[in-house]
Amino acid sequence: MKWLERNWPEVLLALAEHVWISLAALTIAFVLAMAVGLWAARRPRALAAVLAVSGVLYTIPTLALLALLIPVVGLGKTNGIITMVAFSLLILIRNIATGVRDVPAEVIDAARGMGMSPRQLLWRVELPLALPVIVAGLRVAAVTVISVTVVAAYVNAGGLGAIILTGIQTDHTPKIWIGALTACALAVTVDLSLAYAQARLQRRGAG
Amino acid sequence: MFEAAWRYILENPLAFARALGVHVSLSVLALLLASLLALPLAVWLNRRGGIAVLVGINLANVGRTLPSLAVLALAMPLMGTGFTPSLFALTLLALPPILLNAYTGLHGVPADVVDAARGMGLREHQILRRIEFPLALPVIFAGLRTAAVQVVSGAVLAAFIGGGGLGDYITAGIAMMSLHLLLVGAIPVTLLSIGADALFGVLQRRVTPKGLAE
Repeated sequence: MKWLERNWPEVLLALAEHVWISLAALTIAFVLAMAVGLWAARRPRALAAVLAVSGVLYTIPTLALLALLIPVVGLGKTNGIITMVAFSLLILIRNIATGVRDVPAEVIDAARGMGMSPRQLLWRVELPLALPVIVAGLRVAAVTVISVTVVAAYVNAGGLGAIILTGIQTDHTPKIWIGALTACALAVTVDLSLAYAQARLQRRGAG
Repeated sequence: MFEAAWRYILENPLAFARALGVHVSLSVLALLLASLLALPLAVWLNRRGGIAVLVGINLANVGRTLPSLAVLALAMPLMGTGFTPSLFALTLLALPPILLNAYTGLHGVPADVVDAARGMGLREHQILRRIEFPLALPVIFAGLRTAAVQVVSGAVLAAFIGGGGLGDYITAGIAMMSLHLLLVGAIPVTLLSIGADALFGVLQRRVTPKGLAE
């Protein structure tokens, strides 16, 4: 704990960096997944193909994907962020597409009957009804991205993983403890916050 | 680059076989140990119900969110470096998905089916073996599949705490900026992971009782 007293600014900085890399990756992945997911939602064969491809990406071990990207983009944050995006696509696309697809056909008919344009239909009917499922996907993706960010420190992407890895390399126990526990705490906090958001959305939908 | 990686494997077959062996045994043992712990625990939770379920499921949910590398790193101050700490950490990582799916599967068996079995005079262990387990098996195998992929990926990170395995080639390749060495680790682990996913996908379909298949 003495180490933490002297080095807490370093830990805070690493935590902030961890959050922003994860957030950047999650934002990029979400925008991509929205485009692909909405397009594929009503095209079963395209959706199956998209899910198969993103499923393979999801299966590749994190460190292997980071390593395989080194010849292409080198070391650094870009490498880490591409890997994080690759890992979150499957969950996000699957949940966006199933969320939209499961909107009851009668509801869509009714909205069309009220004279809504396809765009109004999307923004005022389909997306709001799919929101709990989309947030559920976001929750799993966020936790995955935080976990990948820890490993991405090995290709110099920064974040809490850097503290853990220096701790391991120099056999410096306090660094390992503080780095690993902060990363765990971050993952659990994000998971619980999004679980809460998800529960509230579901209640609102039911009530 | 790919030829260089292939040549390296041909020139160092023993070292490569050893790394592959360590990787596979780490993964298989972790999966086995985690199943031996999680499956009886799931059966017990399902029997017991109440507060035990609340505690068990919530703990497993928290465990599932923990970053793999953080868990592996924490094994080092507690148990040192090498195969055993890696196996311990990987077993911990494999526990939550197996437990959560096994509990969900067992809990999802309709109560009237169990009642009917009891009415037919089946004993508790017969109900478990002949009714509950077969019906829960597809969901249990889905959990094993998730855990298997996670363990194969996690075993790559075991290289950081001296656990050996194919991750050693990746870390050495990155450290020396030697692309072919990096591929010697990265390509086989990717194939191993995709293979594990496919294998458990097939098993999952195989164990689905005829009546449950779509």
